[in-house]
Amino acid sequence: MEKLISRFFDLPSSLSAYKKEGGYDVAKRALEMKPAEIEEEVKRSNLRGLGGAGFGCGIKWSFVPRNTGKPIYLVVNADEGEPGTFKDKYILTHVPHLLLEGIIIASWAVGIHKAYIYIRGEYELPYLRLKSALDEAYQNGLLGKRILGSSFDLDVVIHRGAGAYICGEETGLLESLEGKKGFPRLKPPFPAVVGLFGCPTVINNVETLSYLPFIVNRGGEWFAKLGTEKNGGMRLFSVSGHVKNPGVYELPMGITLREIIYHHTGGIRGGKKLKAVVPGGLSAAILTESELDVKMDFDSLKAVGSMGGSGGVIVMDETTSMVDALRITMQFYAHESCGQCTPCREGTGWIYRILGRIVRGKGRLEDLNQMLDIGNYLGGTTICALADGAQMAFLSYLKKFRGEFEQFIRDGVPKETYAHA
Amino acid sequence: MNDSVITPEIRKIADQICSNYPVKRAAALPVMRLIQERYGAISAEAELEIAEYFNLPPVDIRELMTFYTLFYSKPKGKCHIQICRTLSCALRGSEAFIHYLETKLGIQAGQTTPDNQFSLDYVECLGACEIAPMAQINKEFVGPLTKEKLMQVLKQNYVGITD
Repeated sequence: MEKLISRFFDLPSSLSAYKKEGGYDVAKRALEMKPAEIEEEVKRSNLRGLGGAGFGCGIKWSFVPRNTGKPIYLVVNADEGEPGTFKDKYILTHVPHLLLEGIIIASWAVGIHKAYIYIRGEYELPYLRLKSALDEAYQNGLLGKRILGSSFDLDVVIHRGAGAYICGEETGLLESLEGKKGFPRLKPPFPAVVGLFGCPTVINNVETLSYLPFIVNRGGEWFAKLGTEKNGGMRLFSVSGHVKNPGVYELPMGITLREIIYHHTGGIRGGKKLKAVVPGGLSAAILTESELDVKMDFDSLKAVGSMGGSGGVIVMDETTSMVDALRITMQFYAHESCGQCTPCREGTGWIYRILGRIVRGKGRLEDLNQMLDIGNYLGGTTICALADGAQMAFLSYLKKFRGEFEQFIRDGVPKETYAHA
Repeated sequence: MNDSVITPEIRKIADQICSNYPVKRAAALPVMRLIQERYGAISAEAELEIAEYFNLPPVDIRELMTFYTLFYSKPKGKCHIQICRTLSCALRGSEAFIHYLETKLGIQAGQTTPDNQFSLDYVECLGACEIAPMAQINKEFVGPLTKEKLMQVLKQNYVGITD
């Protein structure tokens, strides 16, 4: 199978290596195209937002008003914080110039002269590689004034985060980029209209932007055909947990979860049986053996009650305690809830503390309905989607493994769980 | 105010960072990172000076200090071990490594050894699940962790430690 982005993961990250592969040729050609032509091509490609929301990239661009007299900003979301996701790190580390080329194309298409790359604070090597690529790009006329021999100016600034999951949420990110705590904003207005510094803003994920050079080079139709009906192309799946070979796998949108696990990542380690899988980052509903033939595009996963999300696949084998896995999952949301909305701030913490009690062997059967009651208030009651994600994950564990929770409470703590090894 | 934290040299770099943004406050996180990088932490005095630099009430800087996990008001130990506890790492046994280190170092997660050699923390997903169970040791991502690997790190930083 042909690799697009991941083909570069084995090559040096330098400009000379990237140029040897035809790097920046597409950006140069793009600058000779009409911006509207590029937007049309991207719409035709069915490129979806690969940070997690899966919103059509071209459609997102089309929401940006071009005639407000205000500057338009591009904000690159490199905050990669959804647990189980590490693919943007590979792009930033191994092929930062591909991202920069994508940034040039997007900026030209939308009429942007300033882009900010918000990279998560813990990423050190990815930051250093990106910084060095940025310096090379400026030195070689690929960024700055009159780039690539055109009359187009584009500046790119790298902005490092400081450790907060919520800053991956696009409006939390904007607040953080403005020097505030990352409290998500109430929408509307949407960032496309009122975004960074009150100006129209495009927010795109690293991977989404990195597919643009391929789309402009080989056409939107070609990219669309690689995927399923409304999900263009391939995407980078981050696979971790109990598989033999964890890593980043670039595969078509129409691949099934079963193929990813058993064909591409070598199956479950130790020949064990599969118990459950998180298909699209921690916030996605877990799936079980009988659901593994689902296609991994956004719409198919939505149809089975889960989501494509960030493409982070976490595999759990038969030895996993679902009670403890859920405790760890809810601990994450309780820790990362920004505290702005009550149902999320209180609800995630309550559920986490009840699960802690259950895991310590002090659970009561009525705890399950109590948690469900709290969990039902998590969705649709808050400003951003953090609580919706926590709810989707939480409810799926209780729905699919309620028996195990009941047994755990009745019979006490089983010895054979990973957390008690 | 006597600017002891934001020296003229730091101020020059900070001014340069600010020029990247149409609104000065947007440079708050990068400037705070710069100061922490220099001093190992952002002290209460530093917070006041940063607030003055940005023309903000001190509470705004305190708010950033407490909201973001990467800002410290006290320096961490010379070797800062942060073990990921989120699902992918937990599935591969991260908890055992925290217990191992707590025993070896005689401190709990969240603490620093009295000689300031080691700090130990639990963190949420660092985006390196392919090398789970993993830890960030100072700036480096290390994994998959083994007891031998951790012992090596301990010995590099502290001669008195034994298997």
